[in-house]
Amino acid sequence: MIENIRLAFRGILAHKFRSFLTMLGIIIGIAAIMAIYSVITGTNEQIKEDLIGSGNNAVTVTLYQGDYQYEAEYGSGTPPILTQKLKDRVKSLAHVTGATFYYSRDYTQNVFYMNTRFSGGKIYGVDSDYLETCAYQVIGGRGFVPQDYARFAKVALVDANASESLFQGVHPLGKTIEIGQEPFVVVGIIDKKADAMPKVETMMEFNEYYSSTVGTIFIPDKSWPTVFKFDEPMNAVVKADNTDNMSTVGKAAADVLNESIGSATSNFVYKADDILEKVRNTQQLQQSTNMLLIVVAAISLVVGGIGVANIMLVTVTERTSEIGLKKAIGARKRTIRAQFLTEAIVLTSLGGIIGVLGGLGLSKIVSNVMEVPTALSLTAIAVAVSVSMLTGIISGLFPAIKASNLNPIDALRSE
Amino acid sequence: MAKWILELQDIYKDYMQGKLVVPVLKAVNFRMREGEYVAIMGPSGSGKSTLMNIIGCLDLPTKGKIFLDGNDISTYSENELSDIRLKTIGFVFQRFHLLARQSALANVEMPLGYAHVPRRERRERAFRALERVGLADRVNFLPNQLSGGQMQRVAIARAIVNNPKLLLADEPTGALDSKSGAQVMDLFEKLNEEGVSVLMITHDRNIARQAGRMVTIFDGELR
Ligand SMILES: Nc1ncnc2c1ncn2[C@@H]1O[C@H](COP(=O)(O)OP(=O)(O)OP(=O)(O)O)[C@@H](O)[C@H]1O
Ligand SMILES: [Mg+2]
Repeated sequence: MIENIRLAFRGILAHKFRSFLTMLGIIIGIAAIMAIYSVITGTNEQIKEDLIGSGNNAVTVTLYQGDYQYEAEYGSGTPPILTQKLKDRVKSLAHVTGATFYYSRDYTQNVFYMNTRFSGGKIYGVDSDYLETCAYQVIGGRGFVPQDYARFAKVALVDANASESLFQGVHPLGKTIEIGQEPFVVVGIIDKKADAMPKVETMMEFNEYYSSTVGTIFIPDKSWPTVFKFDEPMNAVVKADNTDNMSTVGKAAADVLNESIGSATSNFVYKADDILEKVRNTQQLQQSTNMLLIVVAAISLVVGGIGVANIMLVTVTERTSEIGLKKAIGARKRTIRAQFLTEAIVLTSLGGIIGVLGGLGLSKIVSNVMEVPTALSLTAIAVAVSVSMLTGIISGLFPAIKASNLNPIDALRSE
Repeated sequence: MAKWILELQDIYKDYMQGKLVVPVLKAVNFRMREGEYVAIMGPSGSGKSTLMNIIGCLDLPTKGKIFLDGNDISTYSENELSDIRLKTIGFVFQRFHLLARQSALANVEMPLGYAHVPRRERRERAFRALERVGLADRVNFLPNQLSGGQMQRVAIARAIVNNPKLLLADEPTGALDSKSGAQVMDLFEKLNEEGVSVLMITHDRNIARQAGRMVTIFDGELR
C-alpha cells in the first residue's frame, strides 16, 4: 500500500503540470463546495444565535386557551395557579437548570407615572428565580430581596425600555408609580445580560423581539393579587443545560404543567415556544437556496472526475510496456489494478486537499466581501476529502481494470 | 538422472488472422532436465518467441500439456500462473525492459515486492543479485546511465533475484555488440554452473554452441 502511494507520487511528479491540470477540476469543485458549505454553516449558526441568544437557553412555556394565547380580557374561566411544589418538579426534570413562574399582563392600561400612562407596556409578577433564569442583570438600584416577597412589598423593577418610555429622562430610581391605583416604588433597573441578547439585524427579527419597545415593569408575584385579580395567566420559563435540549426541556415542562391542571378546566393548555423549530425553518430556507450552488459545484466535481479518468487512461496507454513487464515478472492483476487505482485516488485526494485549502480561503474572502459569517467545519473537510477520494476510486476504476487486463505479450511487444 | 524441469506434450498454437487460422506451433514435444542448458535456434518467424511465451506462462497453447517442475500448469488459474512467473521462472528479454525512472537496484527489487519480501531483505537480496552479475558498483545507476550489456545484466539480476529454477531468455544478446554479448553469455554459463536451468533462443550458431544441447525449430515444428 505504502509502496503504491510512493509509486503514485512518482507517477504524478513525473508529469507535474499535467497532474495539476487534471486536479484542477477536483480543486475547483471541492473549493466551491467547501466555500458554500462554510458560508451555510456560518449563516446557520448566526441565525441560531440571533434567534436564541447565546448561552441562555431559556424556553418560555405559555398558557393557551384552545389555539390562542390566554389573555385575561378575552379568555374565559379561571387560569390555573402554578405552585412552588410544581416549580420544584419542573426544576427536577432532566436537563433543566432553572425554572421560574410569573404572572403576565400585556398591554396594561392602568399604570401611570405622574400623568404619563404606561400604555401598551407589559407588567410581570415574578418570583425570586425570574431574573436569574431569564438572564437579567440589575443595572441600577437593586433586585427583589426575600423581604419584598415576605412583606408583600409594593416595589417594582423597570427594564431599560420602560425606564425610557415611562419616565422620559427622569431617573426612575426611588420614584413612585401607580399600578391599579396602588403606589409602587421603583427600586431597580434591569436589563438583559449582554451575551443573552439576540442580535437583531432585520425588520422581521426586530418585530419578533421588540414587539414592545414600551418595556416591561416587574413586581413581586406575592404583590400581584393586591392589584390584579387571579384571572391573569401564570406562565413559566425553563432553562435548559444546552441549546439542543431546549425543545425537549420545553415540552417536558409543559407536560408537567398540563398534568397538574388536568383536562377538566376550560380548555387550558401549556405550550412551549419551540424556538428551535423556528430556527430550523429559517435555516432550511437558507439551505435550499444554497443547495442549488452545491449542485453546480458537484457538477464541476463530476467533470473533474471525468478529466481524471481520461488522464488515467492516457497514463495506462503510455505505460503499456511497463505494465506488460510487471505482469511478465509475476505481478498479479490485483497488484496492477491497485497501483493505478491508488494513483487516481492520490491524484484526486491531493486535488481535494488543495481544494479544501482553497475553499477555506475563498470562504474568508466571501465572508469579508459579502459580510456573511462563515464557520470552519471539520465535518465539511472530512466530507470534502472523502468525496474527492471517492471521485478517485470511481474515475480510476475503469483505467485500472483496463491496465490489469492488458495482455503481457502485446504489452511487451509495444515499444 | 536429474528430474524433468520442463516437459511439453503435443503443443499446438494457432493464431487467428481474421477468419483465417494460422498454425504457428505444430505438435511440439520437448523435455529438459533440471540443470540443463538448452539453446533453441530457428529462422525468423518459425515460432521461437511464441513457444517461449507459452513456456513462460505468458500465453496459453491452443492444445497440449505443459509440465513445469512436475506440475501440469494447463489447469492453473491466472493468479497461480502469476506466481509461477514470479517464483519458478526468470525471464530475460531481447530489449531488457527495465523501468527507465528507477535505479538498477529498484528494478531488481521489483519482483521481490510482488513476492511480499520485507523491505530490508529486498534491498539485500537485490544487491546480492547485482553482485552476482558483476554490477555491485552500478547499484544506484539509472538504466540510461548504463551500457547495453550492463542493462542486460541488470535484467538478468532481476530474473534471478527470486531464485527461479528455470531461466528463459529470448535472444538476450540480440541487441548487444559482440563483446558485451559474450559477457552476457559468460554470465548465463556461470548461472547454469550454479544450478539454474537455462533455455535460450538465439540466432547465433556460435552462441548456441555454448549450450549443452541445441534444438532447432522450423515452421513451428521442433527438429
Ligand atoms: N499475435 C499474433 N497474431 C497473429 N500471428 C502472430 C501473432 N504473434 C505471432 N504471430 C505469428 O507467428 C509466427 C511466429 O512468430 P514468433 O514471434 O514466434 O517468431 P520468432 O521465431 O520468434 O521470430 P524472430 O526470430 O523474428 O523473433 C509469425 O509468423 C508471426 O507472424
Ligand atoms: Mg522472436
